[in-house]
Amino acid sequence: MKKTDVIIIGAGPVGLFAVHQLGIKGLKAVVIDNLDKAGGQCIELYPDKPIYDIPAVPECTGEELTKRLLEQIKPFKTELYLNERVEEVYPEKDNWIVKTNNNEEFLAPNIIIAGGVGSFEPRKISLKECEKFEGKSVFYAVRNKDNFKNKSISIFGGGDSALDWALELSKFSKITLIHRRDEFRGAQHTLSEIRKLQQEGKVSIKTPCQIDSLESEKELKSITIKYDDGKTEKIPTDVILGFFGLIMKLGPIAEWGLNMDKKTIEVNPKNFETNKKGIFAVGDICSYPGKLKLILSGFHEVALASVECFKRARPNEKYRFEFTTSSKTIQDRLGKK
Amino acid sequence: MAKIIYKDKQGNSKTIEVENGLSVMEGAIQNDIPGIDADCGGSMACATCHVYVEEIWFNKLQKAEDAEVDMIDMAYEPKKNSRLSCQIIVSDELDGLEVTTPENQS
Repeated sequence: MKKTDVIIIGAGPVGLFAVHQLGIKGLKAVVIDNLDKAGGQCIELYPDKPIYDIPAVPECTGEELTKRLLEQIKPFKTELYLNERVEEVYPEKDNWIVKTNNNEEFLAPNIIIAGGVGSFEPRKISLKECEKFEGKSVFYAVRNKDNFKNKSISIFGGGDSALDWALELSKFSKITLIHRRDEFRGAQHTLSEIRKLQQEGKVSIKTPCQIDSLESEKELKSITIKYDDGKTEKIPTDVILGFFGLIMKLGPIAEWGLNMDKKTIEVNPKNFETNKKGIFAVGDICSYPGKLKLILSGFHEVALASVECFKRARPNEKYRFEFTTSSKTIQDRLGKK
Repeated sequence: MAKIIYKDKQGNSKTIEVENGLSVMEGAIQNDIPGIDADCGGSMACATCHVYVEEIWFNKLQKAEDAEVDMIDMAYEPKKNSRLSCQIIVSDELDGLEVTTPENQS
């Protein structure tokens, strides 16, 4: 079990800035996130979209903002635990224990939940029958290409993931690419390569249509797709791959005994503490009168929460408010001379 | 001000007076209309405020931008008359607009 001062759940902009605010106060933290990289919604939903309301940064993309925050917290050498979802949170004396889906355990007097709208998970095919084949013949990601060799694969989606995998897996499997409209939004050069394979008869493309039903005995045999004009077509299929992007799910957070308002956690706007002592919520996931879901609000929230975290992590020390411009201690912590 | 009619798949409907300038999504969220999640808060990044717009109205609305249509690819059971309600801005002309929420948003 790893001991630290603060466990931060969520590596979005607010979670990352939490590291900074804690770090300049001399507190150690770990960050846990379900995604495979830091940045949260900024990196997953709008890496290329410009943001115009970060103070003193007239314009930057979600990706740039994430890069800059990572740069800003570099001096604190904080460990990021990515691809890990927090499953359980429970108290032990004055501390909290956090357990992840990979059985990592952390112990700290403070938890800061900077979880946005929850964790990102793949959006699934709406057809109910697909559920029982999930992980067997229905997949939402390709972890190991070798499992997809010499199969009849039906790929759903119109974005880059769908196109890239159609191209890649067509090297050793029979691919049908199915999309709800004629236009694909993925990279055009990938699409033209796939169109070439289509002419050579190596890939077939079906649009505009959606899945209607699937036929199976013990194993998946075929799927039936339905075109916009109502016509249907049966396609022999061993494997279905769905690429419909990611959806945010609140997940286990709802089960930790925190006071919730719909999908948000109620906090005291004085220090952003929840109804549980030592558990804080900041950023999009917290709610209080007048809450705005802005990155800049999250930065403010985490600055205040970090003060309370200090008091809990260092009960015998007095908290001193300091400026980065004048504090020798802070400058040392930032590695400045 | 416009009366917006929010229906669900079962046919239940609620009529809400929504101020001009708000989106159909905001009208729903502020009035606790079930079936519209709007996880991303209206930044056209999540497709959880997806609605079906009655045909006659669909053609009267300003056409969806490419980015919105791309996002609708991600929605739960998209159809030809799918829109993201965060992108429909209320005005007097939309008085009587009917939208139906899908069975699920995710």
